[in-house]
Amino acid sequence: MPTFGFNHVEFLLVAALWTLGLSAIAFIGGGILGFVIALARVSSSALVRGLAGAYVRIVQGTPLLILLFLIYFGLAIVGFNNLPAIIAAGAGLVIYSSGFLGEIWRGCIESVPKTQWEAAECLAMTRWQRMTRVILPQAARIATAPTVGFLVQIIKNTSLASVVGFVELSQAGKLINNSTFQPFIVFITVAVIYFLICYPLSAWSRGLERRLNVGRR
Amino acid sequence: MSAVVKLSNVHKSFGALKVLDGVSFEVNRGEVVAVIGQSGSGKSTALRCINALETIEQGSIEVCGHAIHSDKLDKRALRLDVGIVFQSYNLFPHLTAEQNIMLAPTCVRKLGKKEAKDLARECLARVGLAEKADHYPEQLSGGQQQRVAIARSLAMQPKVMLFDEVTSALDPQLTGEVLKVMEDLARGGMTMILVTHEMSFARKVATNVIYMRQGKVWETLPGHQLENPSTPELREFVGSEL
Ligand SMILES: Nc1ncnc2c1ncn2[C@@H]1O[C@H](COP(=O)(O)OP(=O)(O)O)[C@@H](O)[C@H]1O
Ligand SMILES: [Mg+2]
Repeated sequence: MPTFGFNHVEFLLVAALWTLGLSAIAFIGGGILGFVIALARVSSSALVRGLAGAYVRIVQGTPLLILLFLIYFGLAIVGFNNLPAIIAAGAGLVIYSSGFLGEIWRGCIESVPKTQWEAAECLAMTRWQRMTRVILPQAARIATAPTVGFLVQIIKNTSLASVVGFVELSQAGKLINNSTFQPFIVFITVAVIYFLICYPLSAWSRGLERRLNVGRR
Repeated sequence: MSAVVKLSNVHKSFGALKVLDGVSFEVNRGEVVAVIGQSGSGKSTALRCINALETIEQGSIEVCGHAIHSDKLDKRALRLDVGIVFQSYNLFPHLTAEQNIMLAPTCVRKLGKKEAKDLARECLARVGLAEKADHYPEQLSGGQQQRVAIARSLAMQPKVMLFDEVTSALDPQLTGEVLKVMEDLARGGMTMILVTHEMSFARKVATNVIYMRQGKVWETLPGHQLENPSTPELREFVGSEL
């Protein structure tokens, strides 16, 4: 039986890169989709608002694990057999992230005082100009800290992608443990790697939050 | 002379609360009209209706040829003719004083960057803040912020300016600098409607003073006659404010 050694650590580090890659896909894809959702949630059309709201409720009301199963098996049923794990896991995480980021950002947009909309409206700016030149720049400042905070959640949630056969950091740990039976050292190492990825982000998010609070005295 | 702003029998309610109860008045080109009255008498609502920030239920409002009560009102065209300044300044906090002023001229009037910058400098100079161009709103005093807000509105070259208690949030010593700017504007021939509690300013600058009470125009009189009201209610109000 092999004992936990350097090549295992190397295997874990490579798997950590997959974790980071999947997180990046989830964050970028979910960010783009979430941004559209956030705009739709504050749209002037009640229909668009309603549809976006339903999307958010469905996504937020479904456990990520179930979302991943649904995509993996659902796409198989409609003919996409043997879907690469990264596609299924990526799609699930993008949808999941878009639901939450969309809602976080909607809150940020709505927290810009209504008087700012009014001031821009009274200067004859179009709705789009008001949104892009006045509201979004202010909302973006408010959004930075919670967005980075959510990025940490995404990174941790990529561990669920193993259910569709994706080998990322936690799955790699499981595989190594299956052959070495040294769960303590294996999962401590896994935890340390997660910590090294997530802690700087959390610290950055807290720093941003503090700076923002000081700035808005 | 045709009126720049004309309200005829305007009615407006918020739910069961009647806020404007048959308001009529006219403002001609170059006139300064001061609107006074107790808090809650409908002064702000009247201004907001003139700028189509609120809709009216009955009556008509004409502003520079725009029919505010009409379904076909082009709100953006209206806002090109009407400037408004609020009690709470409402400057854009992420932009400098100069950028605040440049924003609408560049994206609405499609001025080039250089032109817009020159315009912003000129407007800041008019309100006595040329040296504050690169300051953010939070780095300016309340009075300075309000003067930037006035400059921002002026940069759109409106035909009418509305002011809603623009000095009410300011300390007395900062009030003076803002009133000075407004007086200069009035002397320059700007058509203005201003809601104010500054009785001496109204007396000095206003062509006409409108006293609102319970959603009605209770009394209208020339500014210089403010000490001699005909209704007992205005007499009492003026007495309490002076
Ligand atoms: N958006 C609104 N919704 C409900 N009530 C309002 C609204 N705006 C103003 N009111 C009410 O209308 C009345 C008149 O308000 P306003 O025009 O602001 O008076 P003023 O400016 O003379 O103090 C007040 O009783 C106020 O509470
Ligand atoms: Mg008011």
